[in-house]
Amino acid sequence: MNTAAALEIEGLRKSFGTNLVLNGIDLSVGEHEVTCLIGASGAGKSTLLRCVNLLEQIDAGRILLHGDEITRREIDVNRVRRRIGIVFQAFNLFPHMSVLRNVTLAPTKALGKPRAEAEAEAAALLGRFGLADKRDEYPDRLSGGQQQRVAIVRALAMRPDLMLLDEVTSALDPELVAEVLNVIRELAEGGMTMLIATHEMSFARDIASRVCFLDEGLILEEGPPEEIFRRPREPRTQQFLQRIVEAGRL
Amino acid sequence: MASEGDRRAGLEVADSRRSRVLGSLSGADGRRGVAIALLSTIVFLVIVVVVVANSPGWPTVHKDFFSWHYFKSSFPEIARAFLLNCKIFLIAECLILPFALLIAVLRSLPGPVFFPLRALAIVYADFFRGVPTILVISILALGVPGLELSGVPTSVVFWGIVALVLIYSAYVSEVYRAGIESVHPSQEAAARSLGLTRWQTMRKVILPQAVRRVIPPLLNDFIGLQKDTALVGIVGALEAFNQSQIDVAATFNFTPYLVAAVLFVAITIPLARFTDWLIERDRRRRQAEGLHA
Repeated sequence: MNTAAALEIEGLRKSFGTNLVLNGIDLSVGEHEVTCLIGASGAGKSTLLRCVNLLEQIDAGRILLHGDEITRREIDVNRVRRRIGIVFQAFNLFPHMSVLRNVTLAPTKALGKPRAEAEAEAAALLGRFGLADKRDEYPDRLSGGQQQRVAIVRALAMRPDLMLLDEVTSALDPELVAEVLNVIRELAEGGMTMLIATHEMSFARDIASRVCFLDEGLILEEGPPEEIFRRPREPRTQQFLQRIVEAGRL
Repeated sequence: MASEGDRRAGLEVADSRRSRVLGSLSGADGRRGVAIALLSTIVFLVIVVVVVANSPGWPTVHKDFFSWHYFKSSFPEIARAFLLNCKIFLIAECLILPFALLIAVLRSLPGPVFFPLRALAIVYADFFRGVPTILVISILALGVPGLELSGVPTSVVFWGIVALVLIYSAYVSEVYRAGIESVHPSQEAAARSLGLTRWQTMRKVILPQAVRRVIPPLLNDFIGLQKDTALVGIVGALEAFNQSQIDVAATFNFTPYLVAAVLFVAITIPLARFTDWLIERDRRRRQAEGLHA
């Protein structure tokens, strides 16, 4: 068992009905590493992240978190999820709760932290990401960028070993993308282990330790960002990146 | 940033839609609209009054149903009896709200393990929505005391309330269920992804949003319940309808029915207006949200 890897995925398969979405994924993410998943919509990026967080039941394969197999039948999914943070494309904040309560809900309910302690920690995190003055606002009063930063803080409040980011800037207006990417960059610099599905190619090139190109449920090509973006080997990767360049996104 | 401007635009859209009821409401057009609405209402009422008052049977109907003398003389007793309707209503409602919520939650439990509970909830809701209210009231209020079991209440009011709770919980549980299902699955995913249990997710994330959304339809069922309290009179409880029947039998004049109707309407119409107001407010809020989502 390779204890150095924070996350290991072996032969992961997942289909929805007759639709085969993940067709044998093998992937390893080292501690403090940032791995970016790129690929066309429908390639399976989001499904892969949801499988890692056990939001989807897998059909075959294994997922290990710090050497601990989390896809065992008898595993307590709630305990696993407390160690893995996920941030969604559509923020998914709780609209009936203030920003502060959004952040403290899980620490108080799932970890049983005293409310005062959870609130102090949440306030500190919110302050760190420029949201100190928003703590008593409700999500619908915030911009998309602010909501997504709150969603990131909400996940961080659980002090996860691993963060999964699922196209976190795709639902944002272009001028709001940078503030969210800066938060992620800060996390990466702080050594957070992350698995990121993204369409932001230049961001992936800057931040990733490794880039994986997903195509039809398989990791077709992976390597350091310079290699994938400058000298892609696979024709499919070349085509995909060509289209991205043509769209002016790289 | 979702600007104030967006929010206001949302309100204006909502206003323009609401104004379809009364015609346009703003400016000179608005005043003209109100004037036309007023005029056509008056013309309509005059026609109705003229037609009814000129009908051949009107003098008899007027004497039998609209007698001021009998209205005054029967009012105090019927009003006192109406307090029983209000009591039945309030007690039943306090039991229906939590009981129906329990049924709805049982019904939304996932997985094969919970099949028996789900099935029970479905059978319950199907059965009590399918049987006429008056039958359930009659069977329980007349049948159960007839068993002469010791310790079992024999009051018809007690069993009338039980019957109403059983019937209305079936309806209200469906309303709750619609609310629960209207909360987007991504909310559940977000809560579960943070490590909250299924029950914590239900209690802290799903139900608060679901209940807020179904308050207007819940109030609608309240209105129905307030009316149906009159059915408990059938099995002998001395509530407003039963009292008015006694008065009618004693005087051979039907005006006491009118008294009872007026008392019911005095409660149910404000409730209906309040419900509509809530629905309208809710819709406007949602639209404002939708615009900067």
